[in-house]
Amino acid sequence: MNKPLPNTYRQGPDSRGRFGPFGGRFVAETLMPLILEVEAAYEAAKKDPAFDAEWRRLLTHYVGRPSPLWFAERLTERLGGAKVYFKRDELNHTGAHKINAVLGQILLAKRMGKTRIIAETGAGQHGVATATACALFDLPCTVFMGATDVERQQPNVFRMKLLGAEIVPVTSGAATLKDAMNEALRHWVAHVTDTYYCIGTVAGPHPYPVMVRDFQSVIGAETRAQMMAAEGRLPDALVAAIGGGSNAMGLFFPFLDDPSVRMFGVEAAGHGLDTPEHAASLSKGRPGVLHGNRTYLLQDADGQITEAHSISAGLDYPGVGPEHAWLHDLGRVNYVSATDTEALDAFQLCSRLEGIIPALEPAHALAYVMKLAPTLPREEIIVMNLCGRGDKDIFTVARHLGFSM
Amino acid sequence: MSRIATRFAALKAEGRGALVTYLQAFDPDHDTSLAILRGLPEAGADLIEIGVPFTDPMADGPAIQKAALRALRAGATVAGVLDMVRAFRAVDDQTPIVLMGYYNPILAFGVERFCGAAATAGVDGLIIVDVPPEEADEVEPHTRSLGLDLIRLVAPTTDEARLPRVLAATSGFVYYVAIAGITGTRSASSDSLAEAIPRIRRHTELPVCIGFGIRSPAQAAEAATLADGAVVGTALVDALAGTLDADGRASARTVPTVLSAVQALAAAVRLGRTSG
Repeated sequence: MNKPLPNTYRQGPDSRGRFGPFGGRFVAETLMPLILEVEAAYEAAKKDPAFDAEWRRLLTHYVGRPSPLWFAERLTERLGGAKVYFKRDELNHTGAHKINAVLGQILLAKRMGKTRIIAETGAGQHGVATATACALFDLPCTVFMGATDVERQQPNVFRMKLLGAEIVPVTSGAATLKDAMNEALRHWVAHVTDTYYCIGTVAGPHPYPVMVRDFQSVIGAETRAQMMAAEGRLPDALVAAIGGGSNAMGLFFPFLDDPSVRMFGVEAAGHGLDTPEHAASLSKGRPGVLHGNRTYLLQDADGQITEAHSISAGLDYPGVGPEHAWLHDLGRVNYVSATDTEALDAFQLCSRLEGIIPALEPAHALAYVMKLAPTLPREEIIVMNLCGRGDKDIFTVARHLGFSM
Repeated sequence: MSRIATRFAALKAEGRGALVTYLQAFDPDHDTSLAILRGLPEAGADLIEIGVPFTDPMADGPAIQKAALRALRAGATVAGVLDMVRAFRAVDDQTPIVLMGYYNPILAFGVERFCGAAATAGVDGLIIVDVPPEEADEVEPHTRSLGLDLIRLVAPTTDEARLPRVLAATSGFVYYVAIAGITGTRSASSDSLAEAIPRIRRHTELPVCIGFGIRSPAQAAEAATLADGAVVGTALVDALAGTLDADGRASARTVPTVLSAVQALAAAVRLGRTSG
């Protein structure tokens, strides 16, 4: 790498919402005033101690934070190398890390005087978290979900309905997460005065990548304190799954300036990186512009977006957050991958050894931990973000294992 | 003077507004699309907007997204669209052509190379929907040095504070998005347009065209009278789509149906002439 490395990795983004060359605000003029309004409101909220206090009150008493840091002793013994800890964000209310940033954004929407919330969802975890927060705050909620995902994620569709949300199945394009995001953006420009768009990951136009990262950084901040208490030192490696990248950004961010901490973001390799069916935008994509930001994208030679594939609907997205794109180019974070099959193996191993059924997303992270831990000495410490629980995935996994339910 | 400026000056002298028609290049195939393109000036289109197909057109409604997917299936590429412009220019050197598209296919082609190739092919202006003035620094030097107009959208949400900045970055004409929303959904009221156009004119001398939600000849005539031109897109894309067979292929009716819809719009715009 010839580029000089920055003396901190934690100052981004700049005033244009850029992380190096990535990020920005690539939206139509119809959306531009809206995202500038969100940015101004977020900047004001950040400076207001009452906003932070209310968000933290919700995290403590509604979500159940801090989530535990669990020493996975049986898994560690089995792998025979570094000690493996799980950051247990699957124990959050609604079963994943998504609720952390949703509550922050809903509080922001209320400050902005918005009276309706919209969201996109792939697997349905962000949709469920948003529907939950909207129930709590008595706000009407509309969730855009690809028609294909509506079919394969029926339990979460029903959960959202129970929580009072309206589900809009999106049939345009390939009818998956990317199309749900297109449709949510389209709906937003047509309902500008009363509606807040609650984005589920660290992607989209500025300020969403930085805002969602800031909220999710509670994961890394807790991990740091818990690790100091448990081991008296920082971990040696962090591992997290990457779809858009919000759980990984949340874990990594507070450690970015600690050179001793190595970081691994695990993309979904689907049927394999040598096949067309994967969701590894950093490993196999190239930079482009989609959904308001410049980042690595799965695209063809003509700049047309190609479909992602993963057994995990939450990783099934052809882009990735712009801060990850930047950390990838700088080499600060190593981006690796795990296939559908490796994730399924990890899913089962975790269930049997630790009594924890993980979501398919962190099962990808665990698949990489299973490769990494045996190569490291026993004194070293790995923390993996167990960012979601597997209840939502048992039907998918059963089908793949040939078990009829 | 550029073709765009020349055309608006001529229309002003004529005392009427412009009919700007939109079609998606390669929809539903190269030959049909080129036949429509070549027939547009005679049918009465004053300026032609050509959509450059993209898989994820965020500012467009379902009709135009479907048109884009048909075009991509028919093999549309940026290079192919530029070839089509060249083929049009072989028979028409007067009618201004504006390419409207999204940034990623341009990035993949190379921004500088794209601007150069577009200018050489005979393109007069660009609308890059997802490149607002804040992100235009990679594009502007090339369009400026090549004499390509960079046409900006102004929306109902573009407030007084922002308007001068957007207009300062605009050349050719201003594209006023009549509704807060996406293409081909609803239409603006006459009152909201009557309020919006003078607001823009206070900040610019450029011609102003109104688009998004203009479907009928009467709406086109009204918009072309209130402003300097009316852009009709989705209504023409819908007319085209209505002639396709079950597999999305063109029929004998496709070209005449689209061109006769343009004729009806053009007739209304010409009748709606203001005293001038």
